[in-house]
Amino acid sequence: MKFYVPRDAAAKALGADAVAAEIGRLAQARGLDIEIVRNGSRGMMWLEPLVEVDREEGRVGYGPVMPGDVAAILDGSAQSLGPVEEIPFFAKQNRLTFARVGLIDPLSLAEYEENGGLIGLRRALGMSGEEITREVTESGLRGRGGAGFPAGIKWETVRKAEADRKYIVCNADEGDSGTFADRMLLEGDPFCLIEGMVIAGLAVGAKKGFVYMRSEYPDAIEVLDLSLKVAREAGLIGRSVLGSGQAFDLEMRVGAGAYVCGEETSLLNSLEGKRGVVRAKPPLPALEGLFGKPTVVNNLLTLGSIPIIMAKGAAFYASFGLGHSKGTMPIQIAGNVKYGGLFETAFGMPLGELVHDVAGGTATGRPVKAVQVGGPLGAYFAPEQFDTPFGYEEFDGAGGLIGHAGIVVFDDSADMLGMARFAMEFCAVESCGKCTPCRIGAVRGVETIDRIAAGEAEAVPLLEDLCEVMKDGSLCALGGFTPYPVLSALRLFPEEFGRAKEAAE
Amino acid sequence: MPDDLSMSLPALPPTEEIAALVAAKLNLEGPLLPILHELQETYGYIPENALGIMAEALNITRAEVHGVVSFYHDFRSRPAGRHVIKICRAEACQAMGGAALGAAVLERLGVEWHGTTPDGAITIEPIYCLGLCACGPAAMVDGRLIGRATFETVIEPIGERVK
Repeated sequence: MKFYVPRDAAAKALGADAVAAEIGRLAQARGLDIEIVRNGSRGMMWLEPLVEVDREEGRVGYGPVMPGDVAAILDGSAQSLGPVEEIPFFAKQNRLTFARVGLIDPLSLAEYEENGGLIGLRRALGMSGEEITREVTESGLRGRGGAGFPAGIKWETVRKAEADRKYIVCNADEGDSGTFADRMLLEGDPFCLIEGMVIAGLAVGAKKGFVYMRSEYPDAIEVLDLSLKVAREAGLIGRSVLGSGQAFDLEMRVGAGAYVCGEETSLLNSLEGKRGVVRAKPPLPALEGLFGKPTVVNNLLTLGSIPIIMAKGAAFYASFGLGHSKGTMPIQIAGNVKYGGLFETAFGMPLGELVHDVAGGTATGRPVKAVQVGGPLGAYFAPEQFDTPFGYEEFDGAGGLIGHAGIVVFDDSADMLGMARFAMEFCAVESCGKCTPCRIGAVRGVETIDRIAAGEAEAVPLLEDLCEVMKDGSLCALGGFTPYPVLSALRLFPEEFGRAKEAAE
Repeated sequence: MPDDLSMSLPALPPTEEIAALVAAKLNLEGPLLPILHELQETYGYIPENALGIMAEALNITRAEVHGVVSFYHDFRSRPAGRHVIKICRAEACQAMGGAALGAAVLERLGVEWHGTTPDGAITIEPIYCLGLCACGPAAMVDGRLIGRATFETVIEPIGERVK
């Protein structure tokens, strides 16, 4: 009998380690010959710890499992969820980037290969950098960190740049509240990222890559560290990638709790050992990036989507999606939801379908008041905007952004003025301090919202004016996008800011 | 952030020991953050006498080193309490009552965010996202993650050990 108990941080936070220990203890006491695999999470967080058992007739799931449930699972008397792939939340997905997460042992390169891994890299090794880059461009893949810049065009700029050294940097500084896809991919399928980064290196002529992790993700750090050792021993990275004679090595670096280091230029400064202060652009990091050298800085999900694109071809990937938003997006459904977790789907699903049909509404059972899409810098959406299809341009058109595709649901008890204040407070705490609109503006924003809360509705135009200055005058998205949650809360719920609804419209 | 003045600083570690830790990382590209992580891992904080050693080894000014140390939330200039509670303050956890959880724990311990109880037992820190956003509110107690955290599940692991 084979048991799968996730090593994913969320599963562990809900007791997976104790469950794994209990399975081992009881099996030993009963003299059963079992194997326990610590896999990634299947992404259905309401079922974690989700234990799967393979009795040589396919895997069946149980969840959520507490240590006290283990005896019944071993007996076969526990009620199972059936095959996990048939649970509606899972069955409705198009898992491309997350195809292997939860399925395999994250640290087994053999299982990675048996399940479609390394096909893309082997193909890329037979192609020129120009051909690889063209494939990525034609797939329509856009930056999954939030900005949505076409990945192939960024790669082409770095490929054409002449320099003695170039770098691939993976931005794994997933600081947005409501997002956990980077963490899950790393903890569940780290070789997918490694393969993507090696391919990026081949495409642009870089021999060195860095993965910039967050210190808040100790489990992901552990898995990546272990997987890099496996990859190096197997010759997947190092002096000769899979014996090709082409070199590419990877190093993990850990940040130190600064949200702003998720901004690419601030991340580069941090990697160089400096304060994580934002750099003015130009020069673009693609031309003068890490240590002044041409650098590809891509989000983890962008790089993690490369293996499937190279394995199945650009046309396959581009056949998913909507308009200019090609492919799939691992959407993270979080906050006050009944069925939260990771839902990878082609772009285009309306927001309301995600919130009501997929996530089943709120965990508290109360009506949905608002959802924040795209992290702390993303706009709030009210139910009347739920027909907005999930896509870069579509969300932009609705006055928001998809960011890293985190959806945070709030029920009707949410205090929207309080949330607007929090957005400003967070910006003040995390501002790198380089530009005035962000550094000072955020502090003044908190004060102004406090005045509004104290009944001074006349301060509302001042807040709007301040937001305009921050939006237009800030160097990066931290100061520039903090107005999104603030102004959307104000626009959707003016009565909470002491204004009649009509007056604001 | 308010420093707890009731806690005295421990004796500084030997200079040679720090210099050896620093030297071991100098072959890295951009070694300062890895060095700082190593120092904090070893001593629990960044000792004052390490600043000059790092500055000299990296050929930068002491002020620049101080600038880096003070920029990042993770690096401490003095040791934390014996137990560290981190509670997520970010939006997804707020949607599940994270703010009330934080307030309740602060009240029970009688400290503010970043504060340490007078007996040096517990330090409490805000954290902005542990990536447990679909099972919030989230907390981390002495490095162990807690999903759907409650006042009890946050306090209990250390409760008995608090004198």
